This record gives sequence, structure tokens and C-alpha cells, in this order.
Amino acid sequence: MSARVTLAVAGRVLRQVRRDHRTLAMLLVVPCVLMSLLWWMFDGLPGAMFDRFGPALLAMFPFIVMFLVTSVTTLRERSSGTLERLLAMPMGKLDFLLGYALAFGLLAALQSALAVAVSVGLLGLDVNGPVWLLGVVAVVDAVLGTALGLLVSAFATTEFQAVQFMPAFVLPQILLCGLFVPRDAMPDVLGAVSDLLPLSYAVDAMQELVGRADQGEVWRSVGVVAGFAVVSLALGAATLRRRTP
Amino acid sequence: MSAPVVAVRDLVVVRGGVEVLPGISLDVAPGVTGLLGPSGCGKTTLMRALVGAQRVRSGTVEVLGEPAGSAGLRTRVGYVTQAASVYDDLTVAENLAFFARVLGVDRASAEEAVAAVGLHDTREKVVGRLSGGQRSRVSLAVALLGSPDLLVLDEPTVGLDPVLRRDLWALFHRIADGGAAVLVSSHVMDEAERCDRLLLMREGRIIADGAPEEIRRSTGARDVEEAFLRLVEGPGDAA
Ligand SMILES: Nc1ncnc2c1ncn2[C@@H]1O[C@H](COP(=O)(O)OP(=O)(O)OP(=O)(O)O)[C@@H](O)[C@H]1O
Ligand SMILES: [Mg+2]
Repeated sequence: MSARVTLAVAGRVLRQVRRDHRTLAMLLVVPCVLMSLLWWMFDGLPGAMFDRFGPALLAMFPFIVMFLVTSVTTLRERSSGTLERLLAMPMGKLDFLLGYALAFGLLAALQSALAVAVSVGLLGLDVNGPVWLLGVVAVVDAVLGTALGLLVSAFATTEFQAVQFMPAFVLPQILLCGLFVPRDAMPDVLGAVSDLLPLSYAVDAMQELVGRADQGEVWRSVGVVAGFAVVSLALGAATLRRRTP
Repeated sequence: MSAPVVAVRDLVVVRGGVEVLPGISLDVAPGVTGLLGPSGCGKTTLMRALVGAQRVRSGTVEVLGEPAGSAGLRTRVGYVTQAASVYDDLTVAENLAFFARVLGVDRASAEEAVAAVGLHDTREKVVGRLSGGQRSRVSLAVALLGSPDLLVLDEPTVGLDPVLRRDLWALFHRIADGGAAVLVSSHVMDEAERCDRLLLMREGRIIADGAPEEIRRSTGARDVEEAFLRLVEGPGDAA
């Protein structure tokens, strides 16, 4: 592993994203627009609905967006031959993975800084815990999305297939993360499944921050998400092969 | 002649259930060596084995005295894949700067590589907006970074105009004169005369190995294309 190579990868990925104005705009603006939409939709309805749904949405953006962006970009690396070329160079698999994780982690930090600023500053989302912790949750969450995206890109041969992994991998997590039905009120089987899905913990962390704000609880959930991210990165590393058939 | 740069012995490679290389042996010496053979004969597969990207079933591949794909070889072997493997959404200069950082090579060397392939004037252009020939030259420039001791080039001159082709072959010879070994594949036989040595390949086997002139003489052919056809179809004088 080498810091030079890891930073080279991260720098290059960020440069590619920066060059792609449309993707960059989608990354940064869409979450803010969606948060505003959510707020507007619940405006005038009784109960603190925005406070209930807002945090879960803040947890989902980085995860979904980074999952999509990473699975498509790494698939491109695999099919264009650049990955083969890089692995024939003095590039460790970890350099490659951490480079991506670093780049998309940074993007996620920026993305959630904007989304949180809009939600808390403009739309009046009530956060009881420290606001910066929202950012930490978002970044860990983004790294998880990146890691899973890297992993599934090994199982797709076209970009079209890669995008199809999104409903397969991500939608079930959205359904079971506790946004629609609290996790402890679900049927036992679904509750157990929900306990095995990483997004549940990311949403838990966000909701805890907005609600009771027990920081120990938040860090515990963040730890679980980070654990999932590390395991996915390790599995992703196993799919990066210097020798292919 | 000194020890071979590449020594392949009884290499067997199976791809998609087919024995693509059924036990090939060959040496590559310093100088410019052409690997010529029809489409699908296994040139890319062999080159991938040399750079350690190909999973092999049996046999040995030694490069610069080490097993192919060893960590020590990763800065000493330059590889150009058949499709230009560079980033379309970055400029020429950005591509070179990135790969130079990965290799731990300084910026001056990146500038040199761009100049060597004649892309100095397009260095600020995004690769995706270059012509096919220009893109493949960017890919070639990346392989030149850090002056590797072995250059493995998979059809680097396909789709280029005659002037550029001549210039690139001159570049390959300059690199070889500097002491490196250059292995260039092609399925176009008229490139044969530009090589110091030829490896003629067919269906995963080497059917002739020698200087172009030698191969022509031993087959009594006027050019290498005819020699190849005689070796394949002719009255059993292949050796
Ligand atoms: N990824 C793959 N999976 C399975 N079989 C493959 C794969 N790539 C190539 N092959 C098969 O291996 C054989 C040799 O292919 P290879 O690419 O080495 O040929 P080549 O000599 O480089 O051809 P060309 O001049 O067209 O580039 C072909 O029969 C091809 O069908
Ligand atoms: Mg080929």
C-alpha cells in the first residue's frame, strides 16, 4: 500500500467528477431539492412529519448516489482496460479501493454539508445532537455505498446491468430501514432481515441524532455501518484480480 | 546474444473452455520483435501472459529473469492493451500525470512521453474528443513512462495513417536502440519488414521464428505474407 498511489487515484476520480458538470450538479443539488420537496409536501400537515422522514432521507442520499456512481465508474475501469493496466503497475488493490473510498467520502462530505445546511438552516429540521455528527454519518454511509458499488461492479458486464443492481440491492434496504414502519414494529422475520442490512443502521444513526441524541447510540450505529463498509471493501478487493481468465 | 528478455516454456492457456495456447515456447531478445498472426490466433492472450494479466494453466513465463507478473516487474514492463486503456474524460496531460504518479515517475518524463508520440499540441485536449489514432497514441505514451526495459504493444499501429505508422516504428527502434526489448503484435503482415525479428503465430503456436529475411529465404517467398501462407498451406517445409 502506498499513500502516493492512493492519493493519485482519489485525485483522479475527483478530477473526473469535476469535469462532468452534470453529475456534479446532480450530486450536490438534487439532495437539497429533494429535502425541500419533502418539507413542502409535509408543510401544513399535523405532526412533525419532516422531522421523522428527513433524517432517513439524509442517510439515503450518500448511500444511493455513491453506490450508483461507483458501480458505473468501476465497471468502466474494468471494461475499458484501465483496471488491467493499473494492476500491471505498482498499484495495490487497497490503493485502488481506498482511493475511490477517499474521493467519494469527500464528495459525500460536501454533499451532506449542503443538504444538512439546507435542511437545518432553511427548512428548520430539528437536530438535538451535534450537527457535525450528521456529516460523519453521511460520510461513513457514502463509503459504504462506494464499497458496495465496487463489489457489485464485479458482477455486471454492462453499465445497464450495473444500474439494475440498484433496485436489487438498494430498494429492499430502503423498504426495511425503518422509514415506513419502525423496525421494532415489523413482522419478526422482516425485523431480523432489517437487522442485517447496513442502511438500517445509517438511518438509526440519523434518527437518533434528530431525536433523543444519545451520542453513544449514534456512534454504535456508525460503527456497524463502518463494519459493513470494511467487509464490503474486503470482498471488493477479492474481486480485483491481477490475473483474469 | 545476451540472455532472452522473455522466455516462455510450454505455456498452456485455456480461455472459455478452449485451449487458446496449447503449450507455446518462445524467446524474445532485445530489439524490435514482431508477433504476427491472424486474428484470434492468441497474440493478445500471449501478451497478457507476459504482463501477468492472464490466468495460465501450466508452463512458465519468465520476464527479465523473474516470473511474469512479479511485483518487481511492474515498473519495468510497459503494456499497451489492444483497446486504448486511458481515461476518456481526462485530458492527455491529466492521463499522463495520473499514471506517472502511480508509477512514481516525475513530470518531465510524462512530458517526454507525450512528445515522443507526437501529441504535444493536443496535450490539453480531453481524450474522448481525440481521433482513434490519437487515443491509441495516448495509451502508448502511458506505456513509455519510466522507460521500461520491456515494452509489450498489442497492435499499436492499427488504424493509423502511413506517415504515423512510419514514425511510430522509428520510435520503437529508437527505444530498442536504447537497450529495451519491444514486442509488437500485428495481424497486418506488411509491418513485418520493419521488425528485427519475427514470431509468426497461428492457432496458438509459433510456426516461424527469425529475421524477416531469414524467414523469406527459408520459405522461398517474396514477402512475409507469402511466407506465412506457404508455412500454413505449403508443402510441409515449416520449421
Ligand atoms: N475473455 C475471453 N474469454 C474467452 N475466450 C476468449 C476471451 N478472449 C479471447 N478469447 C478467445 O481466445 C482466442 C485468442 O484470442 P486473442 O485475443 O488472444 O487473439 P488475437 O490473436 O489477439 O486476435 P486479434 O488479432 O483479433 O486481436 C480467440 O479464439 C478468442 O475467441
Ligand atoms: Mg488481439
